[in-house]
Amino acid sequence: MTTSGREPGREPGQSGLLAPAGRAPSRPRRAPDGVPAEADRPGAGETAGIGTSVRRPDGRLKVTGEFAYGSDLWMDGMLWGVTLRSPHPHARIRSVQIGEALATTGVHAVLTSADVPGQNAYGLEHADQPVLAADLVRYAGEPVALVAADHPETARLAASRIMVDYEVLPPVTDPVAALAPDAPALHPGGNLVRHLKIRKGDPEPTADVVVAGSYQIGMQDQAFLGPEAGLAVPDGAGGVELFVSTQWLHVDQRQICAALGLPAERVRLVLAGVGGAFGGREDLSMHVHACLLALHTGKPVKMVYSREESFFGHVHRHPVWIDYEHGASSDGTLVYVTATMHLDGGAYASSTPAVVGNAGTMGAGPYVVPNVRIDAYGVYTNNPPCGAMRGFGSVQAAFGYEAQMDKLAAALGMDPVEFRCKNAMRMGSEGPTGQVLDSPAPVAELLRRVQRMPLPESGSADLRSLPGGVGNTTHGEGIVRGIGYAVGYKNVGFSEGFDDYSTARVRLELTGGEPVVTVHTAAAEVGQGLVTIEQQICRTELGVGTVVVVPKDTSVGSAGSTSASRQTYVTGGAVKAACEAVRERLLARVRERGERELAGLRLADGLVLADGAGPVGAIGEFLDAGPIEETVQWRHRPTQPIDPETGQGFAHVQYAFAAHRAVVDVDTELGLVKVVALDCAQDVGRALNPQAVVGQIQGGSAQGLGLAVMEEIQVRDGLIANPSFTDYLIPTILDVPPMRIDVLEYPDPHAPYGVRGVGEPPTISSGPAVVAAIRAATGRDLARVPVRPEHIAGPA
Amino acid sequence: MQVELTVNGERRSDEVEPRMLLVHYLRDVCGLRAANVGCDTTSCGACTVLLNGESVKSCTVLVAQAAGQEVITTEGLASDGELHPVQRAFRAEHGLQCGFCTPGMVMAAIGLLAENPHPTEREVREGLEGNLCRCTGYHNIVRAVLAAAREADAEVTA
Ligand code: FES
Ligand code: FES
Repeated sequence: MTTSGREPGREPGQSGLLAPAGRAPSRPRRAPDGVPAEADRPGAGETAGIGTSVRRPDGRLKVTGEFAYGSDLWMDGMLWGVTLRSPHPHARIRSVQIGEALATTGVHAVLTSADVPGQNAYGLEHADQPVLAADLVRYAGEPVALVAADHPETARLAASRIMVDYEVLPPVTDPVAALAPDAPALHPGGNLVRHLKIRKGDPEPTADVVVAGSYQIGMQDQAFLGPEAGLAVPDGAGGVELFVSTQWLHVDQRQICAALGLPAERVRLVLAGVGGAFGGREDLSMHVHACLLALHTGKPVKMVYSREESFFGHVHRHPVWIDYEHGASSDGTLVYVTATMHLDGGAYASSTPAVVGNAGTMGAGPYVVPNVRIDAYGVYTNNPPCGAMRGFGSVQAAFGYEAQMDKLAAALGMDPVEFRCKNAMRMGSEGPTGQVLDSPAPVAELLRRVQRMPLPESGSADLRSLPGGVGNTTHGEGIVRGIGYAVGYKNVGFSEGFDDYSTARVRLELTGGEPVVTVHTAAAEVGQGLVTIEQQICRTELGVGTVVVVPKDTSVGSAGSTSASRQTYVTGGAVKAACEAVRERLLARVRERGERELAGLRLADGLVLADGAGPVGAIGEFLDAGPIEETVQWRHRPTQPIDPETGQGFAHVQYAFAAHRAVVDVDTELGLVKVVALDCAQDVGRALNPQAVVGQIQGGSAQGLGLAVMEEIQVRDGLIANPSFTDYLIPTILDVPPMRIDVLEYPDPHAPYGVRGVGEPPTISSGPAVVAAIRAATGRDLARVPVRPEHIAGPA
Repeated sequence: MQVELTVNGERRSDEVEPRMLLVHYLRDVCGLRAANVGCDTTSCGACTVLLNGESVKSCTVLVAQAAGQEVITTEGLASDGELHPVQRAFRAEHGLQCGFCTPGMVMAAIGLLAENPHPTEREVREGLEGNLCRCTGYHNIVRAVLAAAREADAEVTA
C-alpha cells in the first residue's frame, strides 16, 4: 500500500483497495494521501447520526478521482484475462483447439471447461450454468475459453486463434413456444423454471365492467457505468484472493469455491470499488474465470470487460408477456384480476424463480382485490440469461396492471386517481397471498400527494424544450401534452422463507486517546450510500463521532445481498444490534465503577449520560480497560414459503410503495416524447439520510423512465443486436426532467428505526406513469414498452 | 514515438505507440485513475479530462494529439488538499452515488463554467449532455454545478 503511515485498507471511505493489501502497485500511483482522517468526521456541533444528511465518507475520494474501482486495480507482474464467448445462441461444441492460441508470444494460459477443477456449474438458485461451456452452448455470449497474457491485446489476439468447432442448433427464442410439449428441452428438467400460482377467492368471478389487455415489456439492461472488473491474486499455497466489484461477496464465494473445488478459507474476497450495480452484479461474471487463470499461472490476473462484453457478461431484466383481465363493479370496486405472465429467463435460471415470485405475488398491484388468479411462468430459452434488476419482477407487472387501472377507470367513467384511491391497499388490507399488511401502506395518500404537486408551465416555444430538441423537428405544431399517474409496490428483503440475515462486527476503542468506532460488514457498497448509513447508526447508538468503515470482505460473516432494497434494513439492523451489544458492555463497566444506581444510562456526544444527573463521564474513560468488540448476526422476522397450489402464505417481510405523476409533451406526428416532469411521493418509513434517500428516488425514477421510452436490448434469433451505448440508449441529462420528491415517513414497527427499503419502488411506478401520460396525449393503447416513435405515429 | 506533454502540472516525456489513446496513456502509463472507461463508443464521458482547459473525452483523443499540450485530470484539481469548488459542490449536493461518472462530470462542468460562468439550469443540462450517469437521475448533478457557479460568484464578490 502506498499510503504513508496508515494501516493498509483503512482509509476512511474507500471500500475498495488501491491495490491488494500489503502489495505495492508497481506503477506510479497517486496515493489517496490528500485524505486526512478528519475529512469525514462530523464538524463541531454536528451529530451526524441517523436522520441527518451527513456526507458520504467516500465522497472525497470520488470527487478527486482517487476512489479505486475494480478497473483501477493493478499489481506488479499481473496478467490480463480475456474470455472467448460463443457467437451462437444454441450449438454443440464438437471440439476446442487451443494450440495456436497457446503458442502466441506473451500468452501464459489458455483454459477450457476441462480445466475447471471443481463443479463446472454455478447459479444463484440452481447450479445450472457452466463456468465454461463443455459440450453445449445455450446463449450467444456464453463463455467457452479463457486466455491470460501479459497484455490485453495479446490476450484478445490469442483468443481469436482458439478454434471452436460448433454444430449449430436451432435456437429456442419464444418463451411461450418453449413450454410446448414438443419444444426441445434446453435443460435436463425441461424448459419450465417456475410456475407460480395464486388462487384467492372465487375461482369464477363475474363483474359489471371487465377490461382485458395484453402487455409486453422489453429486456432492460442495468447499464451500470463501470463495467465488470476484478483482480485475482494467487496466495502461493493453492488459494486465491479476489478483489471484485460485486453485490454479495459471500454468495460469490460459495459459487467460486464449488467451481474451484476449494474450501471457503482458501478463497478470500474483497470488494473493489463498484461503479453501480442495479442487480447486474448479483450473478458471477469474471469471478471464477480470473481465479482459474490466477491459480493456473501462479500470477495475479486482472479482467475488465469492455462495454460490449458487459452486455454479454451479466443478466438482464426479464422481458415479460402478460395477459390481464380485470373486473370491477359499477361503483368502481375491484372484483377480480386474472393474469398469465411469461417471463423469459433466457439460457440459465439465475434468480428467475424469485423474479417470478415477485411478478406473481405483486401482480395485482397495490390494490385490494378479493378474487385473484395469477399464473406466472419463468422459462428457459436460448436468449441472454435474465435475472435481477432493480424492481425485480414488480417493474414488469406494474406496466400491465397500471395500464389496466387506467382502462378500467375509463370504462367506469371515473378519474384514474380516484379509481386507484378507492381500491388502494392500506394497513390491514389483505394481499393476493392472503398476507395482511401489518405496517403503514399509504397508497392513496401517495397518489394524492403527487396529484397535488404543482404542474409544470405549459409548453414553451423554445426548441430546446420540445420533443426532438435542437433537431428542429417542430416549432410546437403537433405537440400534445399528457399527464399520467401510476403507483407500485414491492417486497423488501428476501422472501418466501429465505433465511435473510446480515452480520456486523463493531469495535469501540481508544485511538490516540479518543474513542473510535470501527464497523465491519461484508455488505457491498455499490453507490447507494450504505457506508454512510453504517457510520450514522454507530454514531447514534454509541455517541461517538469518529466511525471507521472497514473495507468489505469475507473475513466477517455474510451480510446478504445488496439488492431487494434490503441493506439499510438488514445490515442496518445488524449494525444497530452490534452497537447495542457493545453499548451494554460499556455500560456494564460504568455500573461496575459504582454508578449502579443511575437510571437511564445512555451514550451521546462522547459522554455517558444518566437521567437527572450531569454527565457520568467521558466514554473514553471506560475504554482504558481495553476495546470492546461484538459480532452480531441479525435476521428480520421470518417469512414463509407460499403454498405451491394457491400461492397463499406470509411471503414478504415488508412492502414499499411509491407513486409518480409524469407530464409529457408528445410530437404526435413524429412519435417523439419529451418527459417534462416526473414527480414522486414515496414512503420510506424513516429517512436515515434524507439526501441519500432523495438521490435514490431520483436515480430509480430515471431508470423507469428509460424502460418506458428508450431502453431495450434487442434480441433477434437469440442475438443481441445493440450491445453498445450508441445503440442501447440510457437517459441523458436532457432526457430526465428536474424531479420533485415528496418523502413520507410512516415507520414500520417491525423494522429497525422504522425504516422501509428505498431503492426499488421509484423504478416501478415511474415508467408506467410516463406511458400513461403518453397514452393520455395520444389516445393510443401502447401495450408494449419501451414505447417507440412508430407506436405513437405509426398506423394504430 | 516519443511524446512530451504536461499532465497535472508535471512535464513528462514517454515512449508510446502512435495509436495510443489519451485515456490509456493517463491510466496505464501515468498511473492515474480518475479518467474512467465506461464505453467503447465515445458515449459516456466518464473519461473526460481538460486539454488546454477545454473538456475532452480522453478516449477520443490520441496521446499524440495532446503532445506539447497541457492535460488536467480530476486528480490534478485540488491544490494543497483544498478541493476545487466544483468538486466541493458535487460532494455537498450529493451529486454522486457510485462515483464512476463523477470525475468526468466534474471536468465537463469545469469546462462548461469556464465558457459560461452563469449557466441556467437548462444550460447546465446542455453542457453536460455528453456525460452519462446511471445512478443519480442527474438532478443533484445539476444542483451541484449551479451551486459551484454561485460559490464562484460569492468568492469574487467577497
Ligand atoms: S469512455 Fe465512454 S466516452 Fe470515453
Ligand atoms: S454516480 Fe454512478 S454513474 Fe453517476
